[in-house]
Amino acid sequence: MYKKVLLAADGSDHSIRAASHAVQIAKIANGKIDIIFAIDDKTSKEEVLHNVDSHMIKQEREQKLAPVVDILEENQLAYQMHIIHGDPGPEIVRFANQHEYDIVIIGSRGLNQFQTMILGSVSHKVAKRVQCPVLIVK
Amino acid sequence: MNIASIKQDWFGNIKGDVLAGIVVALALIPEAIAFSIIAGVDPMVGLYASFSMAVVIAFVGGRPAMISAATGAMSLLMITLVAEHGLQYLLAATILTGIIQIIFGVCKLAALMKFVPRSVMSGFVNALGILIFTAQLIHFQGQGWLMYLIVGLTLAIIYILPRFTKAVPSTLVAIVTMTIVVIALGVDMKSVGDMGNLSSELPVFLFPDIPLTWETLAIIFPYSLSLAIVGLLESLLTANVLDDMTDTESDKNRESRGQGIANIVTGFFGGMAGCAMIGQSIINVKSGGRGRLSTLVAGVFLIVLIFVLGDIVVQIPMAALVGVMIMVAISTFDWTSVTNLHRVPKTDALVMLTTVGTVLVTHNLSLGVLIGVLLSAVFFAAKISKVRVSTRFENNQRRKIYQIEGQIFFASADDLLDKFDWNEPLDEVVIDLSHAHLWDDSAIGALDKMESKFARNHVKVSYIGLNEESKQLQQRMR
Repeated sequence: MYKKVLLAADGSDHSIRAASHAVQIAKIANGKIDIIFAIDDKTSKEEVLHNVDSHMIKQEREQKLAPVVDILEENQLAYQMHIIHGDPGPEIVRFANQHEYDIVIIGSRGLNQFQTMILGSVSHKVAKRVQCPVLIVK
Repeated sequence: MNIASIKQDWFGNIKGDVLAGIVVALALIPEAIAFSIIAGVDPMVGLYASFSMAVVIAFVGGRPAMISAATGAMSLLMITLVAEHGLQYLLAATILTGIIQIIFGVCKLAALMKFVPRSVMSGFVNALGILIFTAQLIHFQGQGWLMYLIVGLTLAIIYILPRFTKAVPSTLVAIVTMTIVVIALGVDMKSVGDMGNLSSELPVFLFPDIPLTWETLAIIFPYSLSLAIVGLLESLLTANVLDDMTDTESDKNRESRGQGIANIVTGFFGGMAGCAMIGQSIINVKSGGRGRLSTLVAGVFLIVLIFVLGDIVVQIPMAALVGVMIMVAISTFDWTSVTNLHRVPKTDALVMLTTVGTVLVTHNLSLGVLIGVLLSAVFFAAKISKVRVSTRFENNQRRKIYQIEGQIFFASADDLLDKFDWNEPLDEVVIDLSHAHLWDDSAIGALDKMESKFARNHVKVSYIGLNEESKQLQQRMR
């Protein structure tokens, strides 16, 4: 059933929660998990400003995802990491629709209405526009 | 560089490049005008610069899709030159800036970028943001509440519109809306036209009207050197940001030379010195620009727009332009450097703040960078000059082993000598250098001093564990 699982993650607490749910779902059919980490232009600019070279930036990003990866490794699941650039919402949607996943799993930041208006909800965008089932983890 | 890759650079993404170029051209106009006003020259000078920088860099730059034009950092450096000597000297300084940048590029000095610590870079952008902001305050003088209202509305549109649509740049919508509102209401407000001449003429190739003397060179050289350094610093930083955003590499030395060529051409065509712009380059990439075509389209479309819309552009209220500049200042500022201030090492925080402080006091970005680099070099030397010495006795208290750990060089040599006790009753001293490194003649000097001091008390000195490089140095020096 869930052979190809896409887990949207950025290393935050809600994405770690999402990871543990992704593990349970992938285990059902011994599926494979793709982690997707979208970096927007503002973060990209800041990280270039604060790091000496591109190698260090890459290392820092992988370190951010380490808690998520740890959960997958503890459960001995096959996974692959994809770090992409652009607006997280549209880019995750594009990536998910290009690769035909069985399910997309994403954490919800739990913003209030005002914050959602200002910041925009990535999980809502993903739920609305991805063509396969989506699980939003609260 | 082969035909296929040139073709890819130019025509690999025609539709995306043309559309992004048009978006960037629209977003460039208000900034080019505002930066001219900061520098104290006619808006045309910044517009010509943005046109010619973009067009030339499209061909000779090292980072496809990067946008170069008149920038805030550069305009802030020119204020005094323009005020004291006028436009012609600025054009000459622009040409000289280009020559210096080409020399930097040919000497492959792009690699020197890594000697500019991160804390200096974030101090640089912070100072830049603050200066762009404070340069706007003068426009509020003698203006009524309407000024504040229009600036506020401009900012509201800029920040809220992207929540609903990202198809058009929100700064453009804000400017157009505010211009219509001000014209429709018929209120009397300062507009771009009041700030200087804006003509629908193509730039012409002219030699700057200055006396070709040593005196002229002495006037413009300090400005040109600052412009060259700041221009390259911001351009290479922007190139790194685009490298990361697009997951591609770029040729930094080619970019340095390209910036130089573009500035020389710009100076001859009556434009002010420019460099790459982080904000506009990000807009370009986000709008789908990836190739050189996007940069070319941005420049060409900009000048076309000035031709067609010149009469409307002069009616843009200054308040709207000030709003855009405040947004530019806010996005230039590195906010994480403030929120992380208590978390980074104290020396890093001090370097950042010193860089900002120097720039705010002197209004010279390059001086801020220089002081920042020097200060971090001092901190680094202090950090690395800590030498640890541990001792043990052998042979019935007659032989003492000094084990030295650390880097021995000019800053640590004196400190090292203080850790020895010359007057102990010993026959022999062994200096274990297996965890130390000798770097310069001060290190060798310290060892010589040590030997002679021990020799005075008839103590024999021997060394063990000297690494190969240190051994060579020692042999060379004696």
